[in-house]
Amino acid sequence: MPALNTSSLPDIIFMLLFFFMSVTSMKEVSYKVQIQNPEATELTKIEKKSLARYVYIGSPMSEYREKFGSETRIQLDDAFAEVSEVGPYISNEWGAMSENDKKQMTVSIKADKNTQMKVITDVKEELRKVHALKINYAAVERTSY
Amino acid sequence: MAKKIPEINASSMADISFLLLIFFLVTTSMDVNKGLARRLPPPMEEDKELDDSEVNERDIMEVKINWENKLLVEGEPLDVRELRAKAKEFVDPAITGENMPVVADTILPEPFGKQPFKNKHVISLQTDGETSYQAYLEVQNELVAAYNELRNECANKYYGKSFVELEEAEQKNIEAIYPVKLSEAEPKRY
Repeated sequence: MPALNTSSLPDIIFMLLFFFMSVTSMKEVSYKVQIQNPEATELTKIEKKSLARYVYIGSPMSEYREKFGSETRIQLDDAFAEVSEVGPYISNEWGAMSENDKKQMTVSIKADKNTQMKVITDVKEELRKVHALKINYAAVERTSY
Repeated sequence: MAKKIPEINASSMADISFLLLIFFLVTTSMDVNKGLARRLPPPMEEDKELDDSEVNERDIMEVKINWENKLLVEGEPLDVRELRAKAKEFVDPAITGENMPVVADTILPEPFGKQPFKNKHVISLQTDGETSYQAYLEVQNELVAAYNELRNECANKYYGKSFVELEEAEQKNIEAIYPVKLSEAEPKRY
């Protein structure tokens, strides 16, 4: 029996690879807080991913519980942060951007669905203070009520 | 006779590309980059006095979410699922009434001409500190959906297309008839 011709196998795999490269995105950070996305229907995509900054809100992952407790915390980039650090973080990010980019920057709030509103409101107040007004509440498509 | 050049052994190519594939699968995420886009109001200037005199009771639709995630619209409990219809009724200039916002006229370019719209309407959303984010987002979602549906209906009527398919200038016209006026009051703290 002749051996199966596998010379096209690399091509097929490469195709798969390119497919995955184009549909997925690099992880922005490793999550330190647990986030279960809330559900909504009127979703829009963030147009320019490079101009999106993320604020993660949720309770710390189990490995950080000992140190940080289980209270809702905020994560900016790769570290835990206080509410008061959100404003400076955004202005800092702005420092490296052009005027045009600044206008288009979106702050995506990725919060756990069980978060209490007081935390979210505090973050929003901080964002307002530094004039970061374009925001996006990250959510997943709702499939059923 | 020239020596035959041996072919490069390509059998490991598949393994290499598999490795690359797996690497990408691990490092990337099918992350949700979708969300509910909103605009925050600019910060309040401290020395500026709040001007309540021009706001009429009938122009405001009060939406409150309490700590139990229960909804109160204009002082009456309401299910979230009914909020969209209620908000549409409130914003739609075709529906007028004693408790509905004042209707004014605006002149827009063709094909609109003179258009009525509720220029002073405001939907005021108030949350409690203990309201859950999911409940808040659901309400926001329904309100945004109400505006989106109205805009789509209008776009279909005048252009025969949905709102997102329109040119920017055309979208502006429709936005002028249905401006999103969602105000979020400072939450109560106890």
